[in-house]
Amino acid sequence: MSIARESLRIHGLSCRFGAVTAVDEIDLDVPAGQMLAVIGRSGAGKSTLLRMINRLQEPSTGSIAYGPTDVTALRGRALRDWRRDCAMIFQQFNLIGRADVLTNVLIGRLNHRPWLPSLLGLFTEAERAMAVQALDRFGLLDIALQRADTLSGGQQQRVALCRALLQEPRMLLADEPIASLDPHNARLVMDALRQINREDGLTILANLHHLDTARAYCDRVVALDRGRIVFDDIPDRLTPDVIMAIYNITEQEFHAADTPVAEPMRQIQ
Amino acid sequence: MSGATSIEQAFQARRRQRRARAVAGGALLLGLLIVSAVIAEAFLDALGAGLPRMGEYFGRLIPDLHLAELFAGSKIQGSLAFWMYRADSWLWLLFETSQIAALATLAGAMIAVLLCFPAASNLAPNRATYLVFRRLLELFRTVPDIVYALILVWAFGVGPLAGILAIGLHTVGALGKLFAEVVENSTMGPWHATLATGANWAQCVRYAILPQVLPNFLSYVLLRFEVNVRGATVIGFVGAGGIGQELYQVISFSYYQEISAIVALIILGVVAIDLSSAWLRHRAIRQPA
Repeated sequence: MSIARESLRIHGLSCRFGAVTAVDEIDLDVPAGQMLAVIGRSGAGKSTLLRMINRLQEPSTGSIAYGPTDVTALRGRALRDWRRDCAMIFQQFNLIGRADVLTNVLIGRLNHRPWLPSLLGLFTEAERAMAVQALDRFGLLDIALQRADTLSGGQQQRVALCRALLQEPRMLLADEPIASLDPHNARLVMDALRQINREDGLTILANLHHLDTARAYCDRVVALDRGRIVFDDIPDRLTPDVIMAIYNITEQEFHAADTPVAEPMRQIQ
Repeated sequence: MSGATSIEQAFQARRRQRRARAVAGGALLLGLLIVSAVIAEAFLDALGAGLPRMGEYFGRLIPDLHLAELFAGSKIQGSLAFWMYRADSWLWLLFETSQIAALATLAGAMIAVLLCFPAASNLAPNRATYLVFRRLLELFRTVPDIVYALILVWAFGVGPLAGILAIGLHTVGALGKLFAEVVENSTMGPWHATLATGANWAQCVRYAILPQVLPNFLSYVLLRFEVNVRGATVIGFVGAGGIGQELYQVISFSYYQEISAIVALIILGVVAIDLSSAWLRHRAIRQPA
């Protein structure tokens, strides 16, 4: 692809909600084309960090730069263009349930379209072809005209990925992309993410729950604890001893702490 | 043991307190009721004096129908056709009334759709926009359609146009508020996802919110149409066209048989519209976008 990839440079980034500091003075450099895992327990600030990068959340202090662009200063049209360049997928997929899959994917084109035709639902044939091609790439062609709320979670997340790709982004944020999926579908989605990273050269920042997923798929792991970076290295160095040293718990406890409240109840039986 | 007794005592004490509060509240309510009755001159003796006369009026309205001649021609007294001797023009006026309501509902709903999104607290770009649009909708809503009609009949002259505008204006406010509340109840996930693609505000409304809320909008529009048919009837009284204008005339001339004939037709018409719109509403909610 011809679009230039740049590196992402985050400096002194913080986000406070009243007295709570969700993200605390983070410095992070992500070179172009890297697949980076952000790990940490619930409330560690992973989501807030990602949402500040595409400005769904306003930072309290600090700066984010993408190449020469100061992301934190963007307004209006420039901000929308940055969001187009920096696609995002979500834990809950966030598709439009009542619309068909093709329309959901075409939403990725909205920023490229003049706004009046787009409001009338008019997309070009070339754009529909793009959408079909993206769906075909992840084995979703058969369901292109199905309503999105009839799909399984794994299918929905891959449709969301197609929507993201139609933005023709330069990087991708994945906020807990597999936390709502079963192991089989989780693997399909992670494989798709890695494929995009390797083939399209997209920089990917993924918040992940399970350390094994981070180790298996990512080039680099950043661990957060109470809004601060407490580990930043290649996955091989993220040993059980390191987990113990950082979080003062075993890896099993690390995972168990994030499971829903109902889970421990069942374990008691 | 003593723990149980003390709980029992506390329970009793709380119940006494609640009873005392209920009695005091009841007494206050009764007092207020009497005050408002005095102010509104709603006295029991007036009610007693009026009730028989009301019965008398309804008695005169009863159509003069004879079982033997029920289906005879329109020249024979006692037949349905004689009672409804002007059914053709009344039905036409009833149709005109329903068209006043339909046009007003449609026009009002279209404007309400445009105004409801900035009036929804979850979508308004800032607090000021939200407040301005909410107040605007209130402005449309607080003036009753009959008052709009009085003003507009003066401006546009006697006829259906004044009625359409009057009901339409009130509908903007009534539907706009309901629409805004539907929008506030929508799931925000798609909104954030669409925003994250770099879409602008209008595009996010169109793609992330509109498909979610459209069935409920349609349901409210049909409900409003039913209300507006009744409203359009009343509005005719001040000269804004339709069956109401005719009804007002026969009432003022005390043509009792014609009053009951027209009222019967209005009831039948409203029931027919209610039934068909209820059927449409149920279909709309079940059907995919």
